[in-house]
Amino acid sequence: MTTATPPKGRGPLARREARLAWSLLLPTLTSVMLVVILPLLAIFWISFKPVGLADLRPPAPVVREDLRDADEEVATLRYRIRNSSQDEPIRNTVLTDTLPAGVTVQALPEICTLEGAALRCDIGELEPGGRLTLEIPALLDGDPDALEDAIEDATPVEITGEADNILANFEFTLENFRDVFDAREFWTVIYATLFYTVVGTIGALVVGLFAAMLLNKSFKGQGVLRGLYLFPYVAPVIAVAFTWVILLDPFSGSVNALLVQMGVTDDTINFFGERPLALIMVTVFEIWRYFPLSFLFILARMQSIDHDMYEAADVDGASPFQKFRYLSLPMLMGILSVLFLLRFIWTFNKFDDIFLLTGGNAGTRTLTVNVYEQAFAVSNIGAGAAVAVVILICLLIFSWAFFRFISREEGL
Amino acid sequence: MRAFWYGYVTGPILGVLWAFIMATTLAVLLSFTTGEAFRPGLWGCILLGALVGLAAPENRMGWLLALGAAVLGVALSYTPFSPIHVAETVGMGGHLSAGIGFGIGLAWPVTVMMAGAPRGALNRHEWEEAVIRFLTGFGYIFFTAIVAIPFYVMVMTSLKTQGELIANPLDFSIDLSQGWGLFRSYSELFRDFNFGSYMWTSFYVSVLTVFITLAFSIPGAYAVARLKFRGQKALSRSILLIYMVPMIVLALPIYIVFSMTGLRNSILGIVMIYPVTTIPVALYMLQGYFRGLPGEVEEAGLMDGLNRLQVIWKITLPLSLPALASVSLYVFMIAWNEFLLAFMLLDDPSKFTLTRGIASLNSSEIPRQHLMAGAVIATVPVMALFLGLEKFMTRGLTAGSVKG
Repeated sequence: MTTATPPKGRGPLARREARLAWSLLLPTLTSVMLVVILPLLAIFWISFKPVGLADLRPPAPVVREDLRDADEEVATLRYRIRNSSQDEPIRNTVLTDTLPAGVTVQALPEICTLEGAALRCDIGELEPGGRLTLEIPALLDGDPDALEDAIEDATPVEITGEADNILANFEFTLENFRDVFDAREFWTVIYATLFYTVVGTIGALVVGLFAAMLLNKSFKGQGVLRGLYLFPYVAPVIAVAFTWVILLDPFSGSVNALLVQMGVTDDTINFFGERPLALIMVTVFEIWRYFPLSFLFILARMQSIDHDMYEAADVDGASPFQKFRYLSLPMLMGILSVLFLLRFIWTFNKFDDIFLLTGGNAGTRTLTVNVYEQAFAVSNIGAGAAVAVVILICLLIFSWAFFRFISREEGL
Repeated sequence: MRAFWYGYVTGPILGVLWAFIMATTLAVLLSFTTGEAFRPGLWGCILLGALVGLAAPENRMGWLLALGAAVLGVALSYTPFSPIHVAETVGMGGHLSAGIGFGIGLAWPVTVMMAGAPRGALNRHEWEEAVIRFLTGFGYIFFTAIVAIPFYVMVMTSLKTQGELIANPLDFSIDLSQGWGLFRSYSELFRDFNFGSYMWTSFYVSVLTVFITLAFSIPGAYAVARLKFRGQKALSRSILLIYMVPMIVLALPIYIVFSMTGLRNSILGIVMIYPVTTIPVALYMLQGYFRGLPGEVEEAGLMDGLNRLQVIWKITLPLSLPALASVSLYVFMIAWNEFLLAFMLLDDPSKFTLTRGIASLNSSEIPRQHLMAGAVIATVPVMALFLGLEKFMTRGLTAGSVKG
């Protein structure tokens, strides 16, 4: 007699469920793969490449076509061809065109063939920056102007060629990283990033905690205030950043006018243009814009704290500060540390705020702004990618810390 | 600290501090609404604050104190010892509003702060209560000011003309007699700067983003939340990891690829990229909600012969409508506010989204009231959605965790 044993391994039902799960996840995974994983790999690849903004457009042959001497007996079809790149040759260049009716070709250059109306010229290799002009004498039959239009506009000439793309070959360099680390401002960038991230994160948490304590009681208008306090986070960053810039403008900003009028300063202050004030101001902006988030989370946690504990503390004679210190704070420690880790990473990643406020000037260039500066302002995509790699390595360290600590806390 | 635990010490200290807060607040408020010069005065604040602080403990007639402070405030405002200095160009009305506002704004809150506190020795509870009430009052003023002032300035600047703004940057009073003329910056934006088309682009890009995001994330979230398969745990965790990649790092290769394939400068490219930035958020929010739904209902559906997809469509989705609303709002907000990708990928003014359009207004040739009008145009729809559907929105923000 066989004894009944529980089935081992996965049965057909479980397999079907797993298959369904994967097929449901497939679209998401593919898209994330395409837009997150691939670009990340690409960043590593590019960071070892000597590539500038101009190299993004691969070398291509360019052709211009015109008709000369149209009113004379023998007109000339002219093709002027050049290589768009000054550095890379173009191989296997082929020009094709369709000649309109009424054009009779007298003589063809050696490299060209004509089948019916289809003209084809095998140009071969074009030197870097090379130019070539093909002239084909032709008899015109009909209105020269109409034919000119037909030749120049109606049948567009096409030209193709092959060239190496700098991004696809196997030429590597460490130049980008050397550029990034050797630059005199590298340590300034690191300092600005650390200051902005640490002070911004802690500031937003503390201010958020204060705001949450204010609203952690029910009174009329509590909902309105809560909505109002979320405004900075909900409004588009571009709108609030420009408002701050205008408000703090050194020449005609209201804040400067106010400070002068109140006798705080005699000269106007260039809030976003002076070291180290600019860095402090972007950090203040960061705190202003993101305190609502910590406020929202801390408030939600506060309202879920059991009220009995406070009553027990009252019976024991605890004072308000003692209740906060020994009851509320330990209960909030979980959410505070989770918020700290998450906000730390996201503040580290923040780009648009500083970019819009100062453009990275006056000592406010953080690592993320540096990516943009290197890639687009200096037009050195490779160096930008190298900075991005530095960012990614920092993030790897952060996420390791994140998962070590967050797994202990109630997950968000 | 114990030295402070006396009503006649704590009262005046809190009174003076509150007097400074009140004087500054009122001076800023009056300056911003009238455009005239008001500034807080040191000695007036110390004098009146200390007096009111002394009188506040064990005070049974708060209104009398307020009246006295108001009268003193008005009277002092004509002397060098004014709590709020009023410019000479300002008439009687300015003195009256500054003095009375200050008096009441000082006496009433300080009376409330010191309520229940004796003149003499305070115990720990009474002292802390007074300090906490002071901090609470300060907090309300502080937070309301820092949030409201930028938005107030944004709206008011957009209603002014270049000349008025340069003449007096503090004057935010508006001349209602102009009627519709107040909105000239807005009409110029819509007429000359094509803002109507930017708004429409932003709107349909955001709506498309919402739909594409939902279409991708609902099945994904359901699979992660309900179905058992190998790698489920790792997957639901790594969703969070994607949050942590900075957008600018992704934007660089995306820019390169889009430049090479010709997707740059096209709405198609934007619509392809936006959902991918929002799918992880949406997936994370939705899977949390799906987990909370009772599984028995779905099992009942399975027993009755529905297959999984039908269960999702007929049971899970109708049950999670509130969550879908939150997610949609949140995603809409992200897409509407998105700036970086639009800025990098769009160069052609006919394809600008609203945020990109506003960025193009940021030049020295374009007057700032246009820039602020643009900012208002971008902010108002989000705010309207937010205020109208605050419950969903707040839930979306909390569940969407802290993505910023």
